[in-house]
Amino acid sequence: MTSSALRIGEPSLRLRLRRAERGQRLKAFALVLPLLAFLALTFLVPIAGMLWRSVEDGEVATVLPRTVEALAGWDGRDLPGEPAFAALAADLREAREAGALPAAARRLNYDVNGYRTLLTTTARRLPSPPEPGRAAETLLDISPRWGEVETWGAIARARGPLTDFYLLAALDLKRTADGTIVRAPEDTAIYLDVFGRTLGIGASVTLLCLLLGFPIAYLLAALPPRRSNLLMVLVLLPFWTSLLVRTTAWVVLLQSEGLVNGLLVWTGLVDEPLRLIYNRFGVYVAMTHVLLPYMILPLYSVMKGIPPSYMRAASSLGASPLTAFRRVYLPLALPGVGAGCLLVFILAIGYYITPALVGGGGDQMISYFIAFYTTETVNWGLASALGAVMLLATLLLAGVYGRLVQGRSGTGDRGL
Amino acid sequence: MQVATSRAPDAVSSTGSARQHRDRPEGEILVRFSGVQKTYDGDHLAVRGLDLEIRKGEFLTLLGPSGSGKTTTLMMLAGFEVPTHGEILLDGRPITDVPPHRRDIGMVFQNYALFPHMTVAENVAFPLSVRGLGKAEIRERVERALGMVQLDGFGRRRPAQLSGGQQQRVALARALVFDPRLVLMDEPLGALDKRLREHMQIEIKHIHATTGITVVYVTHDQGEALTMSDRIAVFNDGAIQQIDRPEALYERPATSFVANFLGENNMLHGMVEAVEGRFCTVRLDGGQRVRALAVRAETCARTSLSLRPERALLGDGMQTGTNGLMGTVSEVIYLGDHSRILVSIPGNPDFMVKLPASAGMPPPAAGEPAMVAFAPEDCRALDPA
Repeated sequence: MTSSALRIGEPSLRLRLRRAERGQRLKAFALVLPLLAFLALTFLVPIAGMLWRSVEDGEVATVLPRTVEALAGWDGRDLPGEPAFAALAADLREAREAGALPAAARRLNYDVNGYRTLLTTTARRLPSPPEPGRAAETLLDISPRWGEVETWGAIARARGPLTDFYLLAALDLKRTADGTIVRAPEDTAIYLDVFGRTLGIGASVTLLCLLLGFPIAYLLAALPPRRSNLLMVLVLLPFWTSLLVRTTAWVVLLQSEGLVNGLLVWTGLVDEPLRLIYNRFGVYVAMTHVLLPYMILPLYSVMKGIPPSYMRAASSLGASPLTAFRRVYLPLALPGVGAGCLLVFILAIGYYITPALVGGGGDQMISYFIAFYTTETVNWGLASALGAVMLLATLLLAGVYGRLVQGRSGTGDRGL
Repeated sequence: MQVATSRAPDAVSSTGSARQHRDRPEGEILVRFSGVQKTYDGDHLAVRGLDLEIRKGEFLTLLGPSGSGKTTTLMMLAGFEVPTHGEILLDGRPITDVPPHRRDIGMVFQNYALFPHMTVAENVAFPLSVRGLGKAEIRERVERALGMVQLDGFGRRRPAQLSGGQQQRVALARALVFDPRLVLMDEPLGALDKRLREHMQIEIKHIHATTGITVVYVTHDQGEALTMSDRIAVFNDGAIQQIDRPEALYERPATSFVANFLGENNMLHGMVEAVEGRFCTVRLDGGQRVRALAVRAETCARTSLSLRPERALLGDGMQTGTNGLMGTVSEVIYLGDHSRILVSIPGNPDFMVKLPASAGMPPPAAGEPAMVAFAPEDCRALDPA
């Protein structure tokens, strides 16, 4: 009797609670609504657009609809039959008249070099009404490349509406005409290297920031407020000048006739100026300088919350300063280390201006190539695919970090 | 303010004690402060010329208002502050150059300072594991220490999952588990509510009695000091005013500061007219003459008389040899077991008399005239406050 009363009473109590809190929740939601809308418009929509562009492939199907249809059942091993040639000839004629050919030519040229020339010459030289049943012969007369499986494979791969072409290219992979995935030829396989370089520079800069930032953050947390405020202003000072100014300042400092080299030569430490810029060293120096505050601030905020009595307690219990640091301070500061490293690393792998200004050709990171494909060659598909791969790598890392942090707080609450 | 020397008359040996652990024969000296000074800013001394001996096995409380130098003294002993001058000897050896982690001194902090990322057992095991003890021994000693503070079975919890009192016990177990030479406690009960604080006081006292460890305890709470200590050192203005057993401090304060700081006290100010042996005659500012114990009285010098409220009576007649002061009852406060009667007399408008309920006397009403009577032995002529 009593238990059933409880069972009935409980949900109604919850219901009443929910009803009581509904007004509050609606109000809270209304307050964050502008932010949500802003985020959706400026963040989610562009990212979704980028992801969509990295797999979208509609240009060839629009320009050469009959060819794409004729190649639908093609197995990619032997040359397609006469209908495909006839369809292509008809499509090319129409596309040339409509002026739509360049779009398809550009897309196919990404896949097979020289495709643009092939398409335009073929279209130009086609006799006006293609003779029925002799389309293959005509095309092969114009260019023997129409007799290669790879040439038809490019059209088949680009038939859309979705493709993995760009994503595979971003990973130095490509499909052959019959659909198997192979490594891209040596001379075009550069992106894995670039990704590796990007992650490597990101990791090195993160480590440098941690090594330099940890003691500063510790000092900030340990100093009395008046002096730590002054130091904090110095830490934040770089934020007051633009990234471009800070980066070019390093050019001034580090170039062969710059201040640093001048000093080194003047003191006789070196005989001729060292090469300090337009190489990896310059990239490390400039990026570490720019990103250091992003490491210091999260570290500081966590360290500020560690009461000095913990270290005193450890010391009174017999731990040497090093042991006390390792077993008490470091574990408590670890959330700050994690947050700082994640922040710096994610910012670092997206860097573009700094490596472009102070790095050499071999120091350019993935953003440089993304910018190159967006602005120079207008290959949005590949630019988006590179961005998508980078986004995926970053999300993975953030996920791993989240797991680590959750694992830590799962075994124990910090907080007093 | 005039500062008394720290070598106030020590009455420990003269009076017998009913409490067992106080009957311990005068132990050997474990810690000796000699001429220790400490300044933080170079202008002002936080501790001036401290001479203090701590005996093995005793419970010594450093009592004083904030800024009196008691915590600085404790921190110098722990090794977190370095004396500007003088020497601290532990077991006869100077420890000024020994870093805190080699001093073998356990410490309980005001906010417990339990490591939040470790379980209770890991916290208690910390001093043992940094000393490189074996796993089995650590487990056994941790269990024993947790048992001592009645926290068996709490080993796997995190400090944040414990109540304030339980955290305090963990801190206690952690400071005791490695058998340190002495344990320092820096206002360890300050964050607890009153009932729990009183409970923990008794518990700490029992732990001290069973382990026999030397404890130096810092507090500003006189009740805490009186409950727990073998001896209390009263600090003020960077110096020890008086160091003695709790009863002696209360009954025989050596300075006006001690009389006022410890327990309730009535002050009367006046001029010493004559000193005759142990006693003196004092002319109060209100004009009356009283006889008092000449503790710090010199002829023709100003003095402050100290009288505990429970030592004064309300009388209607004068007995020979008793001081009597006429006044008016200004307020009567009923407190169950006793009543407090505030009598306005010349020179002190709030002279307090405690009238126990068992006295069988109806308390007077406010506005009635009253005579305050007290024996010269109970009235101490001290330094002018």
